[in-house]
This record gives sequence, structure tokens and C-alpha cells, in this order.
Amino acid sequence: MLELSLRKNLHTAEGNVTLDIELEAETGQFLTLFGRSGVGKTTCLRCIAGLTEPDHGRIAVGGEIWFDRTKGIDIPPQKRRVGFVFQDYALFPNLSVRENLRIALGDPKDERYLDELLELMDIRELERRLPTTLSGGQQQRVALARALARRPRLLLLDEPLSALDGETRQRLQNEILRIQRHFRMTTLMVSHDLGEVYRLSDRVIVIEGGRTVARGRPAEVFSNRRISGKFQFTGEVVAVEPNDVVFTLSILIGNRVVQVIATAQEMQDIQVGDTVMLVSKAFNPLVMKVDRNPGRLSPSRS
Amino acid sequence: MAYDWQPLILTLKLATVTTAILFLIGVPLAYWLAFGRFRLKAAVEALVAMPLVLPPSVLGFYLLLAFSPKNAFGRFLDETFGLRLVFSFEGLVVASVLFSLPFMVHPVQSGFQNLPRSLTEAAYTLGLSRWKTLTRILLPNIKPSLLAGAVISFAHTIGEFGVVLMMGGSIPGVTRVASIAIYDEVESLNYDAANFYAFVLFALSFSILLAVFFINKRALGPH
Repeated sequence: MLELSLRKNLHTAEGNVTLDIELEAETGQFLTLFGRSGVGKTTCLRCIAGLTEPDHGRIAVGGEIWFDRTKGIDIPPQKRRVGFVFQDYALFPNLSVRENLRIALGDPKDERYLDELLELMDIRELERRLPTTLSGGQQQRVALARALARRPRLLLLDEPLSALDGETRQRLQNEILRIQRHFRMTTLMVSHDLGEVYRLSDRVIVIEGGRTVARGRPAEVFSNRRISGKFQFTGEVVAVEPNDVVFTLSILIGNRVVQVIATAQEMQDIQVGDTVMLVSKAFNPLVMKVDRNPGRLSPSRS
Repeated sequence: MAYDWQPLILTLKLATVTTAILFLIGVPLAYWLAFGRFRLKAAVEALVAMPLVLPPSVLGFYLLLAFSPKNAFGRFLDETFGLRLVFSFEGLVVASVLFSLPFMVHPVQSGFQNLPRSLTEAAYTLGLSRWKTLTRILLPNIKPSLLAGAVISFAHTIGEFGVVLMMGGSIPGVTRVASIAIYDEVESLNYDAANFYAFVLFALSFSILLAVFFINKRALGPH
């Protein structure tokens, strides 16, 4: 579906960095570029969208070549059919929510599809409002809906949730996942939030200093299988996988994902997104949910 | 005593025509300077800004020489288009357009430059052509700058004197605009008539500027 190899010299705050990336994505896959800011993740998205020109390389989407240095092919962004969600959303301030989506429809205007999108993103009642009157989370939804109005072949998300508070962020992560599955949209996201990467992506590519240093499923790339004898941490549940009679819990602690086993009983009131405390006493780890009320721990096991 | 309104009407006519032409020239020029990347851009920007610092008489003098039928360019205009720009209303318009160029270009150019780049980029990725991006997205979002450019160009054209005098002289009904009329009337010690023109110009300029500040305040207000 997506094949990309590109090289580009970047002038960053830390001197010159050569971005050198190769990646592939299959139809419907959710791929994340992960790494510190300023290592060329966004540049990679911009190259795909045609907003930045790579020095060398080739970009092909669904059998169509969008860029090929050696053959001198460089399709303009208008013809690339990508849904680009910008970090600052880039909603058009002079147009209402509905018009923002409508302008992306192309011709002929498919009003039914537009209505469907408004409904799907739950922004129907906002359709007459101007973007400046919306909250950050609402603007994000509109930006996502607008990108989809284009009927893109590829969805590009540039740190889509970085400007939002924790709770909104979590809600929209679910939303993005739902939409992505609904349209089976091949998606490429840039993020430096480990929890987000873990929760959303099928595959992750870790970039450091312009180069790929790791790639694979998030669980493979990030999990740390070494378990120390005694520890006590609080963290966020980022994934729950049933595993025969028990569950495998992936918990984000600090900047690290730890996997632990929990019983069905322990799992009763624990969901993805909950904050939990992880305590290990010799061979018997206890998993306890942390209440929003600090200091009041309620053990999930009676 | 009945005053001669002709110079005032001529002034308004000159300012209106000049502003309309400036709008058509200034907006594309501002777009080009704001987004274009080319060598000699600094030189073009300096040229556009020249009327800000140049004595109007200098500009007027060179325009007079250039457009005079005795010189190559003036003769070419005269023979090819039958256009004689010296001491004519058309000549005043050309001079005023050049003289007020920065007052149109600068606000519009900075309006373009202050728009987030991502607006243009978002429009492109959504399939909008350059033209559609300009007309549907960029221009509507710099309305206050467009208004400021148009109004200040208008007001500035009303107030010009040196260029008009050099290029147009003082032919009643053709080139004798209000600012020239004031000078003429004072020279012939006709203070009453001079005061009439002066007062109208004063009041007009003040109300125009007042309107600009009022509109800008409202445009920036409710956010």
C-alpha cells in the first residue's frame, strides 16, 4: 500500500541530521513514527504529503508513484489524496465547521457523505460554528473529519493529540482508533507519547538521529521483560490481552511499558486507561487500582 | 460665497481610481513578495518602499521626464497608444499609483505573512488549487489588512501634493486637485477658499482614519 524510502538533510537545533528512512505499510495498518522531537518524523509525513521535497528517494502509494527522484516524478500535494491532520489543526477560520469539511469534498459535493462524517465524529451540532469558538478537542474532531472528507488513500496524523489535556486525549485516542477501523484507513502517525503509540498502532518505527533504530509491534519494541524482585510503581494500563485463563497487562510506567499477568478476578474493575499500582512481593505481584482520590487505595482483590 | 467644488471632486475621483488600480496591482504583488522565493527579492521590496522615503518631487521629476513626449518612453506611449501622461488626469493616476504603492503592498504583505503556513498547506493537501486557496482561504482571512491597505492608500492619495504638482501642474478640472488648489489660493492671498479646501481635507482624512481604527478594533475585539 505504502512504500517509502527517503533521504533528506535537515538543519536542526542540534546541527545537521540526515533523515534516512525506509518503511512500508499495508492497507488498513496503523503505523507510528516514534522518537524525540526534532528527528525528522514530521518531515517524513510532509514528504509523503508533498509539502517538503526529499533529497533522494521514492514514495509509492497503492501502486501509484508520488515521488521518484531518479525518474523526476513529483506529484503536487493537491493530487496526492492524503488526509493530513496538522498539529495546530489548521482549520480555516473564515469557514464554519460544515464549510471546512465541504471545501475538502472536491467536486461533485457529496452532501450525504458530509452528513455521515459529521454524525460519525459527533460534531453535527457544531456544523454552523466557526473554528475559533470550539474547544481543542472539538477542533481536533473537525480536523480529523475534514481530512476524511477528502476521501484520502492515506491518513497522516502529526502529533494529533499533543495539544490536549489528558482526559480529552484519551477519549480522542479511542475515537481515532474507531474511525481508523471503520474506514480501514491506512494511517501513519507521528508521536512521542508512548502510551498513545502503544494503544493505537499496529506497528511502530522508532527513529533516533534521523535513522530507524527499532521497528515492530509496540509490545515487541517497548516491553521490558526483566522483572526485578521487589518494586512498587504506579502506571497506566495501555493494553489488556486475554491469555487463556489469565490476562496480560501492559502497563506504562514512566517511559517504559511493563507486562504483567493478572487474573480475571483482578481484572474486574481494571480497564485500559486506568492508573494502577504495581507491587511485587517476591513471587506474588499484587495489582491494585489507584483511586482518583490520592492516598486511598482499593485492592481489587478482597 | 459659493465655493468651487471641482478640486474636491477631482481629488475624490483620483483617490478612487488610484485605490482601485492599486488593489488590483498591490494584492498580487504582495502575494508574490510574501510567498515567492527569488533572487533580487530584496531589491524589489526596496523599490516598492522607495516612495516612503523619497521626496515626492524626486519621483514627480523623473516621471515627468519619463513620460514627456520628448523622450523615448513618452514618445512610444504617445505614438503607440495615443497616451500623453504629462499634465493629464491619467498621468496623475499613474503617478499616484506608484507613489501610494507601499501603502497598499505593506499591510497586505504582512497580512499574508502572518497567516499560519499550515493554512496554505492544509488547503493544498485538501486538493485546493493555488487560486482557490488564495480566493477562498487566504484573502478572506486577511480582510482587515486588505481594508487597511485600501483605506490608507485612498487617504494618502488625497493628501499627496509634490508628485501631483510635478506631473500635473494645476489645470482646473483636469489636474487641479484640492491640495494644489489650497496652494494656489494661498498664493493669491485667497485665505477663505484655501481654508474651505483645507478644512474639508482635514475632516475627510480624520474620518477615514477614525473608521480604520474603529474597524480594526472590532476585527481584533471578540476573541
